[in-house]
Amino acid sequence: MSEIITITSGKGGVGKTTAIASLGIALASRGQKVVCVDGDIGLRNLDVIMGLENRIVYDIVDVVEGRCRLRQAMIRDKRLPGLFLIPAAQTRDKMAVSPSDMMRLGDELRHEVDWVLIDSPAGIERGFKNAIAPADRVLVLTNPEISAVRDADRVIGILEAEEKGTPSLILNRVNPGMVKRQEMLSPDDVLDLLAIDLIGVVPEDQSVLIAANRGAPIALDKESRAGQAFHNIAARLMGEDIPFMDLEEKGGLWSRISKFAGRN
Amino acid sequence: MSFFKRMTRSKKKSAQSAKERLQLVLTHDRTDMTPAQLDALKDELIEVISRHIDIDPDAVNIDIAREGREQRLIADIPLKANARRRGR
Ligand SMILES: Nc1ncnc2c1ncn2[C@@H]1O[C@H](COP(=O)(O)OP(=O)(O)O)[C@@H](O)[C@H]1O
Ligand SMILES: [Mg+2]
Repeated sequence: MSEIITITSGKGGVGKTTAIASLGIALASRGQKVVCVDGDIGLRNLDVIMGLENRIVYDIVDVVEGRCRLRQAMIRDKRLPGLFLIPAAQTRDKMAVSPSDMMRLGDELRHEVDWVLIDSPAGIERGFKNAIAPADRVLVLTNPEISAVRDADRVIGILEAEEKGTPSLILNRVNPGMVKRQEMLSPDDVLDLLAIDLIGVVPEDQSVLIAANRGAPIALDKESRAGQAFHNIAARLMGEDIPFMDLEEKGGLWSRISKFAGRN
Repeated sequence: MSFFKRMTRSKKKSAQSAKERLQLVLTHDRTDMTPAQLDALKDELIEVISRHIDIDPDAVNIDIAREGREQRLIADIPLKANARRRGR
């Protein structure tokens, strides 16, 4: 009863890779067996964000083309038991893998782990189609920013048209001060526009960049607000009813958005 | 533009502008219908309906409403007071 989850966004640079790495850490720290799969062939990045770039021997295309066994391409993250990475190929393009290859890979991975987390590339073409093909559940990640929200809506429409079900939303890089001054779309605004369920709100947090510099996903830093937000999302994925973070002083924005959580 | 309008516009917060602009853009993205196409639809509807019953074209309101992720075409077409008696 393992679950395959894909994070996608339409727009690039919104935080998908950051989220995959941290959800991998957060689920593994809850005793789950997890493999993070980099679906961004040609623009490999999940390896550096997880700090595993020096340990790569085989990649996803090697698995698909039969040059290695599945387990040989699963790099073990020594920081936590049960966490693995399958890196993307760097010197190939997205056409090297098909959606049916991804379905087969997903089915094999179900025998190995509890969670398969797939990092989708930006866009709505082949790489995106590959990433969503095996997914049991899709999470759309966006920023409270006009172009990111528009692209997210487009992706949600495509997922519904392809009968992938309605995805859940991760809203990343929320700046509570700007929201308070009404200079940034609030989580309420974005939920009203996109009309899907919310699974997490992640604040804008400078420690995310510092974590990336070190190759230590932000969820390893449980003191950080962004890290906590990813731990909360992991708990919600596991079916726990976790209230949305109170990032502001009492009674503000964050208590209001918790009413949307009730829609789940 | 009136002084009052200028005042209220400059005071509108940017988050509100973003939301209003997105509401329109998403409606058109989802329905694949431009505002011009919606206007053409409206003109044709008015023409067809006027053939059967008296209406005031200026009072007709046709719009796309959002309900969650569903879009619906809403037409509000007030009949002229004597339209029923005069029916053609
Ligand atoms: N919550 C956050 N706070 C601050 N910076 C963030 C946050 N999430 C992501 N970033 C930054 O945004 C950039 C893009 O993130 P990345 O995960 O690579 O996006 P994507 O995979 O969607 O292209 C990176 O520089 C990352 O450090
Ligand atoms: Mg990425």
